[in-house]
Amino acid sequence: MLLNQFLLLSAVLFSIGVYGVLARRNGVLVLMSIELILNAVNINLVAFAAFTGTIGGEVFALFVIAVAAAEVGVGLAMVLLLYRSSRTIDLTTVDRLRG
Amino acid sequence: MGLDLLTLAFERPAIDWHAIAPELVLLTAGCLITLVDIVFLEKARPYTAALAGIGLLATAVPLLTLAVDGTDRVMFDGAYVVDEFSLVMKALFLLAGYVVVLLSTNYVAEGDYWENEYYGLLLASLMGMVMMASARDLVSIFVALELLSIPAYLLVAWRKRDLHSTEAGLKYYLMGVFASAVMLYGMSLLYGVAGSTRLSDIGDSLAGMGTSPAVVTMGIVFVVAGFAFKVSAVPFHTWAPDVYEGAPTPVTAFLSVASKAAGFVALLAFVFVGFYARSEVWEPLFWILAALSMTVGNLVALRQTNVVRLMAYSGIAQTGFMIAPLAVAGHGVVNGDQALSAVVTYLVIYTAMNLGAFTVVIALARRSGSAELTSFNGAFQFAPGLTVAMSVFLFSLAGIPPLGGWFAKFEVFRVLATAGEPWGYALAIVGAVNSVVALYYYASLARRMWADDPVDRDLGPVPVTPSLMSALTLCGVVTLVFGVVPQVVARFTDVSLLALGG
Repeated sequence: MLLNQFLLLSAVLFSIGVYGVLARRNGVLVLMSIELILNAVNINLVAFAAFTGTIGGEVFALFVIAVAAAEVGVGLAMVLLLYRSSRTIDLTTVDRLRG
Repeated sequence: MGLDLLTLAFERPAIDWHAIAPELVLLTAGCLITLVDIVFLEKARPYTAALAGIGLLATAVPLLTLAVDGTDRVMFDGAYVVDEFSLVMKALFLLAGYVVVLLSTNYVAEGDYWENEYYGLLLASLMGMVMMASARDLVSIFVALELLSIPAYLLVAWRKRDLHSTEAGLKYYLMGVFASAVMLYGMSLLYGVAGSTRLSDIGDSLAGMGTSPAVVTMGIVFVVAGFAFKVSAVPFHTWAPDVYEGAPTPVTAFLSVASKAAGFVALLAFVFVGFYARSEVWEPLFWILAALSMTVGNLVALRQTNVVRLMAYSGIAQTGFMIAPLAVAGHGVVNGDQALSAVVTYLVIYTAMNLGAFTVVIALARRSGSAELTSFNGAFQFAPGLTVAMSVFLFSLAGIPPLGGWFAKFEVFRVLATAGEPWGYALAIVGAVNSVVALYYYASLARRMWADDPVDRDLGPVPVTPSLMSALTLCGVVTLVFGVVPQVVARFTDVSLLALGG
């Protein structure tokens, strides 16, 4: 089985995700970029599980999916809270705390 | 392959109920608080804090019986281990949690916040930490990490009509989730190398390699970076000052000790059980993290005007001291065990003295409503007791004998010196210089409290509630006892992980 293609796809997704988190200033887009990284992780885990013939990776991927759902729920609530208080989800406006 | 797995008969894993009794009691307490809230609504509000405190104390009972029993218990195929190390850390988390409940009691009620959910989330986060102390598998570490982080994100944003709190919550959330995603990517690489999610298997597989392939190096770097965020080590510290300032102060106290300790627990498990054989990868990494955290943390702390931000940067610098022993931990079992004990000792003492300092900050801010340094001017004139207590904690943080902090620092320097390596000596020198810098800002805060003139003219005594008083007593006693009779207490922190991992 060819492992390389999966790892390459996962590395590309990971890089796009990291770029998105660092460069995007829209709250929802940052959340989506984080999802990209997590899905890169899932591809990695499942590909390695199939390659090594063990089941641990697939189980791990299921845990990642479940926990990511909970995480994004909290994240969307936070973005909503920001929108309610400042009528924008642009993260550059969030810099009252500094020093 | 898939069919084989499906046709396997399901076998119930053997569960050692005694070993997971602390987690079960904590879970019950958390559920009970939520249930009481649903059934009794507003009538239950005055009792929630007491309920949370009792729940935490009840959790300590099975912990004590486990400690008396003293056998190492391995469960779920090695994914969950109850040994000396995990028991000590669990006790630390419970005590820290109990003090945070004491700190929150009046703060949350007077701020008119949602109390029941607050304590429910606090217990959930503590549950994650208690699990983290036992987790020895990528999956259980990940689940424990998220269980302790997600409630913490919510707690930081608790004052939801306050923009500062929202901002702090959002920043903490985004950086935290990003860090855990990067860490997961590293974990997936390590799983791919070892073919197993168990840390001890990963350890065996890494030990079997002559040199580190790039994929292993990447995995280790990503995992360490993820936890460096959790413990707020430079250069992954940028969230800490903002989040500490914006969050409700008891939550800040919670993050600065419990959440940091939880990050360290996982880091220690990874280093000593998983990565130990690849010390050429992680030793330089920890060296850089330690030197940077100490230096940057202390230098930036010098020019802070807000006491919470000052504590944030002081916490970053203290993190540097805690990481330092790991930079020379890779030279054999004796050395590794010493480094581990030094980190655990530091964590225990740091928890007591930092919580103590935050207790004083909360007590003084109850009247002034401000955490600016100037509001501490001349505190001796209106709050002499709190001033004395704060001085004890500040000088302990600076590492002056006979307070606990000196023993913590002594252990770190001892490990660095006995390693007999030029890198170890170099880091010890960086640490020594930084101790002097740190003493300057701790002492100048103390001088401000003793000698300066108060800013506002209201010199009435500051009321200290009974719960704050007990928190202060608890932290003060631990800080003093550790400093005066270190040998007696040090045997609790004399733990080992390498015996398990090889």
